[in-house]
Amino acid sequence: MGIEISGVNKNFGDFVALRDIDLTIPSGGLTALLGPSGGGKSTLLRIIAGLETSDSGTIEIEGQDTTRVPAQRRNVGFVFQHYAAFKHMSVAKNVAFGLEIRKRPKAEIKRRVDELLELVHLEQFAHRLPAQLSGGQRQRMALARALAIEPSVLLLDEPFGALDAKVRKELRDWLRRLHDEVHVTTVFVTHDQEEALEVADSIVVINDGRIEQIGTPDDLYDKPASEFVLSFLGPVTTLGDKLIRPHDIEISRLEQAAVVDGPITRWTRIGFEIRLEVTPTDPRYTEPVQVTVTRSEATALDLHQGDHVWLRPSVGAQSLPTP
Amino acid sequence: MTIEQLDPAATVRTRRRGRARSTLDRPAAIGLGIGVTWFSILVLIPLALIVFQAAGGGWGVFAETLGSSQTAAAIWLTVRQALLVTALNVVMGTLIAWVLVRDEFPGKRALEIIIDIPFALPTIVAGLVLLSLYGPASPLGIDVSNTSHSVFLALLFVTLPFVVRAVQPVLMELEPEVEEAAASLGASTFTTWRRVILPSLTPAIAAGATLSFARGISEYGSLVLLSGNLPFESEVASVRIFTYIENDNPAAASAVAVILLAVALAAIITLNLISRRVARRD
Repeated sequence: MGIEISGVNKNFGDFVALRDIDLTIPSGGLTALLGPSGGGKSTLLRIIAGLETSDSGTIEIEGQDTTRVPAQRRNVGFVFQHYAAFKHMSVAKNVAFGLEIRKRPKAEIKRRVDELLELVHLEQFAHRLPAQLSGGQRQRMALARALAIEPSVLLLDEPFGALDAKVRKELRDWLRRLHDEVHVTTVFVTHDQEEALEVADSIVVINDGRIEQIGTPDDLYDKPASEFVLSFLGPVTTLGDKLIRPHDIEISRLEQAAVVDGPITRWTRIGFEIRLEVTPTDPRYTEPVQVTVTRSEATALDLHQGDHVWLRPSVGAQSLPTP
Repeated sequence: MTIEQLDPAATVRTRRRGRARSTLDRPAAIGLGIGVTWFSILVLIPLALIVFQAAGGGWGVFAETLGSSQTAAAIWLTVRQALLVTALNVVMGTLIAWVLVRDEFPGKRALEIIIDIPFALPTIVAGLVLLSLYGPASPLGIDVSNTSHSVFLALLFVTLPFVVRAVQPVLMELEPEVEEAAASLGASTFTTWRRVILPSLTPAIAAGATLSFARGISEYGSLVLLSGNLPFESEVASVRIFTYIENDNPAAASAVAVILLAVALAAIITLNLISRRVARRD
């Protein structure tokens, strides 16, 4: 069940936004559509919601073919990056909107709105206007508004994209906890790999209108299917003729069996983490190798800028051949 | 009159500032002084003089002027036609603004500029245009000269841009996402219009309507050629004032002027109240 997408194509003029997308999103899960801007992930989300129509292919939501069903009757909750608040209505009225459209009894609407405002921690703001709320509060209001109609799926388009880093992190944790409570099938679009890795049960990596890989956060991180996925999910460097993550490199000041050796030519400390650049002595490798170690490791190994070091992949490290 | 004055957001801002306690420092006080002096010389003193002149004749002049059925008919015709025109402008102006903001079509730029022509054209030129098109020698075979329709037509022509220009900037700031949100919550296109778009546009529409009505009751140049100024048929209040002056009866002229002034004030207040009520209904 959940959402079943098959053979979806979408073009905007000459631009191919999506090509031949087949995807099953499981019921009750929290799925991230992850990819760079312009990769087609938002378009896919809007097609699921019915805000955009696909050129070909079908969409099924909870076993029902909704390909030709207008957005109004898909019973989908949608949250926009820039809140899309009804500016002239109070917070409570915003949340009540979908229920009023459905002509529910007044008492029921009031009870439901109170419940939802409590769920998103906005009880005391019920009579404010959206303009009087902070960005994070506005987005929580938008979420309550989308949840009010008891949607069969909840879709969020870059929901935290307009917020500053701290609020973003809070809302991310909060969305995770909310989902554990509400259990509605949820799909959110993000270009932030950390957000996807932290919040989602499963991640769909979309690039250039195609699905690159589908999997759990661990799958994607440990077994990237392509160079794109490897580099998009985190930092990556070239060690010899392999692509590898900078923290998966074993570094030593003592001569040992190594792929590459050379002096430490750059030293950047960011909090607990130290980023090194090692310039290989072997002239075949022109690019410096990026290595990340923790501060305590650096102290234990007695590393300093200019030291000659030997590098090799650490045990169990994932790597891909360079293209 | 500039388009900036039509911006309802600006009105709201000024209103808020007015409510706050005085923050006048010396340069601001000088600025305010100059502003008020300027406004007084140009607007307040002449207005006061008109009221004074009319009142100088006592209630007798008012009663006599209004008692003249010709003048009463002229005032009623003016107000009625201005109301009709404003009502039509509210609908058509909003529609044109919508098309200009939301749709892309060839010639959009040109239309953007042409919209302002009725507003920028010297009114007597507008009158001439209307006379040649809808007068006795009409190439279209439509002759409305010497009828009340001519007044309606002339007012419609000169007041066209007001609502369009008031609504346009507000519409541009309205995110399409808000309509999409309403749709995803199950609202039909009509409901979205009524509950989401219209309340956001109402202050702007009201501002445009106010200007359109005010221009309507004061119009002279564009209709004087086509209407023929027939008493009880196509004579408007401003023509009536002109006649009173020509007949050396400034007190009666002032009386009509004061009545028009009162009507304009009433219109401004009413539309302001309506727009506040609609905007706050939800």
